[in-house]
Amino acid sequence: MVRVNEPRPRTAPEKLHRAMYRDMLLSRELSDRMFALNRQGRAAFAVTGQGHEAAQVGSAHALRRGTDWVLPYYRDVGVLVALGMTPRDILLGLFAKAGDPASGGRQMPCHWSWPEMRVVTRSSVIAANLPHAAGIAYASKLRGLKEVSVVYFGEGATSEGDFHEAVNFAAIHKLPVVFFCENNGYAISESSEKQMSVLHVADRAKGYGITGSTVDGNDVLAVHQLSRWSIDECRRGRGPKLIEAKTYRLVPHTSSDDDRRYRTRAELDEWIKRDPIDRFRARLLDEGTMTPDEDAALREQIKRQVAEAVESAERAPEPAPEDALRHVFAEDGG
Amino acid sequence: MPDITYREALRQALRYQLEHDERVFLMGEDIGAYGGSYAVTKGFLEEFGERRVKDTPISESVVVGAGIGAAMAGLKPMVELMTINFSLLAIDQIVNNASKLHYMSNGQIRVPLVMRMAGGAGSQLGAQHSHSLESWYAHVPGLKVVVPATPYDAKGLLMTAFEEENPVVFIEHTALYASKGEVPEDVYRLPFGAAEVFRAGTDVTLIGYSGSVHQAFRAAQQLEEEGIDAEVLNLRTLRPLDVEGIVASVRKTSRAIVIEDDWKFGGFGGEIVALIQEHAFDYLDAPVLRCSGSDVPMPYSMALEQAALPQEAGIVELALNLCEGVTP
Ligand SMILES: Cc1ncc(C[n+]2csc(CCOP(=O)(O)OP(=O)(O)O)c2C)c(N)n1
Ligand SMILES: [Mg+2]
Repeated sequence: MVRVNEPRPRTAPEKLHRAMYRDMLLSRELSDRMFALNRQGRAAFAVTGQGHEAAQVGSAHALRRGTDWVLPYYRDVGVLVALGMTPRDILLGLFAKAGDPASGGRQMPCHWSWPEMRVVTRSSVIAANLPHAAGIAYASKLRGLKEVSVVYFGEGATSEGDFHEAVNFAAIHKLPVVFFCENNGYAISESSEKQMSVLHVADRAKGYGITGSTVDGNDVLAVHQLSRWSIDECRRGRGPKLIEAKTYRLVPHTSSDDDRRYRTRAELDEWIKRDPIDRFRARLLDEGTMTPDEDAALREQIKRQVAEAVESAERAPEPAPEDALRHVFAEDGG
Repeated sequence: MPDITYREALRQALRYQLEHDERVFLMGEDIGAYGGSYAVTKGFLEEFGERRVKDTPISESVVVGAGIGAAMAGLKPMVELMTINFSLLAIDQIVNNASKLHYMSNGQIRVPLVMRMAGGAGSQLGAQHSHSLESWYAHVPGLKVVVPATPYDAKGLLMTAFEEENPVVFIEHTALYASKGEVPEDVYRLPFGAAEVFRAGTDVTLIGYSGSVHQAFRAAQQLEEEGIDAEVLNLRTLRPLDVEGIVASVRKTSRAIVIEDDWKFGGFGGEIVALIQEHAFDYLDAPVLRCSGSDVPMPYSMALEQAALPQEAGIVELALNLCEGVTP
């Protein structure tokens, strides 16, 4: 007998959907806060991916946490949240505190390292991590391990030689690597027509003899499904995949950017209407996966969680100046 | 003379070139509608059109490589690489090609290419956005390397860069774009290979370029209070280098310190020290010292970054010790 007021048991897909929705909300709230902290002069720099949440969270939930390798790029707050990095840990990086688990304050914000989750720090230099992903996948293959690497980047990165060299290398060796492109239509100010004369990044896959697919990057379930399939294919040894998730960033490129210089308010408004979080919320409410009350409570809880994390991270100690000299070379014991 | 920013000084030189030389065109990432990462080309797209001001894909190698091609074909391209950090993606084009095509063709091919980029640290941009790699380019025969310290330098040296028949690596400092100084409205050109005596003095020569000139100058002001009269040299170009100017100053002061953001080990400071001992050994009262960045990738945190960079207090301390005969 099911009692009133007691949550009914959830099916597995429902649990997954609720988890993804929560991660999307948390990623958004955390990102909004990071930008606000910069605007208030409390953080030197911020880079975030509001608008990319479906692409990031949907794909990250298709990974095997702790087994698969993840090479995120600077926009991927949602990927890290989905992998389980806490808001406090992400904020320690934003504030460049001694306790920043990614780098002890050495790296720019949102350039994560997290060995337990096999996250390796990315290069600020565009596309340099694509060859790394190919190399990690090469190692997995040589060692006969059933690991997959997923590397994230923007469409602008596909103009770099490193993109082409990495995809070609991975294709030749049939490596277990998913090249995941978050195509938001802009590379800082430059619209994608200035980067490529093909319509879709996925079209580039043909030139290397691998499968490329385009997906609505604001539809978390579609992204999840395609990522699942691609990662499974890789795990079965069927070679690399290129995924292009079409999306839009709802914020400036970074805290140093003024996006009014290159895109219109009307265009932004169009995309705000397609906000991936609003879309997913409507669906979950419609399907009865969650109730409006549950949604409100969840949002309230996330706001509080992030506010508490900000408080605690901002008060954490700064790195000691003499620490600047450490870790140039591996010390005894690494 | 009007007081204008380093950025505006660069803009004046570029605008002059676009207006007066049909062969000149600019290309680089985000230089069009965006006006450049450091707003140096802001408004140029509207003013001069897409033929002259071209946004490129994120492809540094082809930006420089195509610049070389266009230069060989008779145009005068200026390519902007955002920062010296990203020039590393084009280093084969710069070092293996731009610098050597003239020599390898027995002087038949010329590459009059201006490559602008921002260098330097101190702006909390992390290890991959804070390099001072000018010594690498200065190492390469066939490249001219320009390192302006003031708005006056910026305009005059950039004007000269466009007169060159050789590839020029023109390195601006990220922390100087908003700095101000007097700049003539009229056209002028500053010669390459001629250092400026930024502050005359008799007790010790502080040698700097780009951002470190200002640090050296502030250190000299502090030293004045300690009764020490420091001379500050602004090198302006690293290649060609004004060896005579450096030597003349050291002959006068008998002591020298080189100041640079760059790593100490294998940095340009070492070259200057060697030249001084080759040309002015008998005039020296003390070893020539270097005040450089620490040999670490530049950390992001302000506390760590400042610990890794040369500081005025450090320059003052070295100079005081030198003048008192104490050396480390
Ligand atoms: C090699 C290199 N060139 C230029 C830059 C400067 N830069 C930083 S982000 C960026 C745009 C990247 O666009 P895209 O790959 O589409 O990713 P998005 O930021 O749009 O998510 C550029 C040009 C860089 N970091 N590295
Ligand atoms: Mg993009």
